[in-house]
Amino acid sequence: MIDGLTLLAIAGMALATYATRVSGYLLLGGVTVRGRLKAALDALPPAILVSVIAPTVVATGLAESIAAAITIAAAVLRLPMIAVVAIGVASVVALRAFIG
Amino acid sequence: MSFSSEFRDGVRDIYPIIFAAVPIGLLWGTLAVAKGLAPLEATLMSAAVFAGASQYIAIDQWREPAPWAALAVTVFIVNIRHVLMSASLSRHMNHIPKRLRAPLLFVLADENWAMSERRALKQPLTLGYYVGLAAPMYVCWTTSTAIGAFAGKALGDPAALGFDFAFSAMFIAILVGFWKGPRTGAVLAASAGVAALVKLTVPGAWFIVAGGLAGALAAALLHREGEA
Repeated sequence: MIDGLTLLAIAGMALATYATRVSGYLLLGGVTVRGRLKAALDALPPAILVSVIAPTVVATGLAESIAAAITIAAAVLRLPMIAVVAIGVASVVALRAFIG
Repeated sequence: MSFSSEFRDGVRDIYPIIFAAVPIGLLWGTLAVAKGLAPLEATLMSAAVFAGASQYIAIDQWREPAPWAALAVTVFIVNIRHVLMSASLSRHMNHIPKRLRAPLLFVLADENWAMSERRALKQPLTLGYYVGLAAPMYVCWTTSTAIGAFAGKALGDPAALGFDFAFSAMFIAILVGFWKGPRTGAVLAASAGVAALVKLTVPGAWFIVAGGLAGALAAALLHREGEA
């Protein structure tokens, strides 16, 4: 039992999402860049990574901010990914319980 | 560098975050059904859209009859960060067969994008590695949302268990690998500042794009000719 309008909504959402996923590649795929543009593109991964998490880290609450600081310390020590994630999750649970 | 060894590397790198995604998928499935979607429709949406944050927002805005055009626009805006992600990743796809690149981007998500960029810092991004990251994520997301939708059982509030933070923790761990000195600090400061400011002042999901572009702009401004 699938409703027609629901199916249309799902198709629209799927198409919209795939459009975002493929358009960056279609714009830049195969293009060689140099100079300032290369510097800008090289900076994109860390810039996007920090932008995704910045609001959680600085503007959600004290528990999240402290947990993020603990996670950064674990990451700087180059612990394995699973350990960094486990330490981050454990800290946020403990801090939320204490701070609320 | 066989397909299977690269595939195993991908699975090894992505599995910690997959555990954290299960309760988030289960919860989404139960919410979707509570909003009036049939379990099969909810499962189909997960399989066709495969984008957690935008699916949560779509379910929040879901009405009967489905406002399909508004939903498509909303989902496009929430996912617009993918444009920057795929633009960046396109520069590391040279070792993946050309005809597969556009189809493979159907399963591009925050987590496998970040892991792929991390991989590309040290070695070529291969088909096996990318599929090793993306396939378990796709199967896990579709399956967990389907179980949530059909069985109607969530594992409690993901925030209470800290699973919502797992994603931030993973990004922090990956971010450290991109550190190349003080200039990276300037890029991160510009991005974090702009992202937080836009998040607090502009509704919707523009903050990631704004922060990403701010960091790229900072890097371009700080660039000196004659450097690699």
